[in-house]
Amino acid sequence: MEAIKQDSRDMKSEMTEQTAEKKKRDIVIPGETIVTGSEYLPGDCTARDGEDIVAIRFGLSDITDRFVKVIPLAGVYIPRKGNSIICKVTDITFNGWIMDINSPYMGFLQVMECSKFVNKNDLTEYLDFGDMVVAEVYAIKHRGVDLTLRARGLGKLEDGMIISINPNKVPRVIGREGSMINLIKHETGCNITVGQNGLVWIKGRTVESELFAKEAIMLIVEKSFVDGLTEKVEEFLEKNRKKFGNSVKSEEKGK
Amino acid sequence: METSNITRRRITEYLLEGKRFDSRKLLEYRNIEIESPVSNKAEGSAFVRIGKTEVAAGVKLGVSEPYTDSEDLGTLVTTVELSPLASERFELGPPKIEAIELARVVDRGIRESGFIDFNKLCIKSGEKVWTVFVDIYPLNDDGNLIDASSLAAVAALQNAVMPKYNEKTERVEFGKWTSKKLPLTEHMPLTLTLHKISRSIILDPCREEEDAQETRVSFAISPKGKDCMINAMQKGNESALTQDEISKMIDTAVEEWKKIYPAIAEKIKKVTAR
Repeated sequence: MEAIKQDSRDMKSEMTEQTAEKKKRDIVIPGETIVTGSEYLPGDCTARDGEDIVAIRFGLSDITDRFVKVIPLAGVYIPRKGNSIICKVTDITFNGWIMDINSPYMGFLQVMECSKFVNKNDLTEYLDFGDMVVAEVYAIKHRGVDLTLRARGLGKLEDGMIISINPNKVPRVIGREGSMINLIKHETGCNITVGQNGLVWIKGRTVESELFAKEAIMLIVEKSFVDGLTEKVEEFLEKNRKKFGNSVKSEEKGK
Repeated sequence: METSNITRRRITEYLLEGKRFDSRKLLEYRNIEIESPVSNKAEGSAFVRIGKTEVAAGVKLGVSEPYTDSEDLGTLVTTVELSPLASERFELGPPKIEAIELARVVDRGIRESGFIDFNKLCIKSGEKVWTVFVDIYPLNDDGNLIDASSLAAVAALQNAVMPKYNEKTERVEFGKWTSKKLPLTEHMPLTLTLHKISRSIILDPCREEEDAQETRVSFAISPKGKDCMINAMQKGNESALTQDEISKMIDTAVEEWKKIYPAIAEKIKKVTAR
């Protein structure tokens, strides 16, 4: 939830900036000069090179007053402190688990950071190879990323399925203050957790509802830079509700 | 990232209900796109897209000595390079077992169907014959590389023309072509791979489904008169199949082949025409 809040804040500032000054956004590639002049300030994913401000990621350039930044369109997930992510157990050591966090870096979860008692003699009892976990990044060291399960909403994923999306589109999927993801959750009746690293966990009561939620998320990722995305998604959900079965509806009635 | 245990379990459960991970039907193919030619340096080339899976294939011709047991037949060399560009699972270096298997399955499909007329590739019996090099480069791996690679190889061959050969210097002249096409027959093969996940049999799996599979059988099928002929088969992965399952797979493969082959063959011929 922390991550969701943080992201919606990012989204909000992005939105207000956009409306404050509607400037054309250009696609830039790493090394490309966005603007020249010492009055400009380099922001996210940019760097100063003499007088120039150059992009260091592939994405859309965004200039607001004197502030220049790049909104990345592609690329890997770079961990940040406080992100809640979905990760997979790839190795087990004597005092914890090594995790694949869908990033160039390794994640490490110590036994101490588990929310419940774990038998140290057999760590596989709690988490085995290939198990999925929702964890939070609590420290980033030069060797890797330290994870924790000691917070609300974190823990092992026992059921459901994982889909992977472009990590840069995660804020779109979540939406402003979680509006987009709540819309999908409400419409499909599924439990959904979006990890900041681009992995999404979906669990519904029926096959249809899970696939429906998956399709909706894929639609957002595909059309993330279309104006009026929320309306588009609403339209999609409305249109496909019949196709994906009455099970979704009957579920709602059951509630 | 490798597909997780829970997703695998879910895919199996879906299939038992007749549903697939990307809402397709069990034996439904993704959208197939073929482009050709894509290289101006190769004798023939093609680019195939099946859903998000992308494969490029090129054909080059060289002159070499024939094998001693078939002195007047041309030769075929197929290679596949699984580069890290296609998937984070592939690594640089000498070809590993996946790449070798893929190349051999594609090679066998083309060779055994008699698609290339090797008799016409003889320059001087016992001394000089043409060697056909088919190089396959998967550019994006979203499952079903076998079918995509075979399709790309076949389209590239269909697109190929003979290069100029200098009799005096005994060299193939680079970048110069004759108007003659590579000698081919009408037995154009199409490879279909059936994947078994629990009790279900599916065609054209995506990445996640391919991870959940137990075993797969590839069929290279080519037309013979009004009917068709299975030219080559290859089973992959450790899990066993019963006799009934194999017979059922053969029937399914032939049935599906009859459904999709005419359109694909026509498409290949259309895009590769020079």
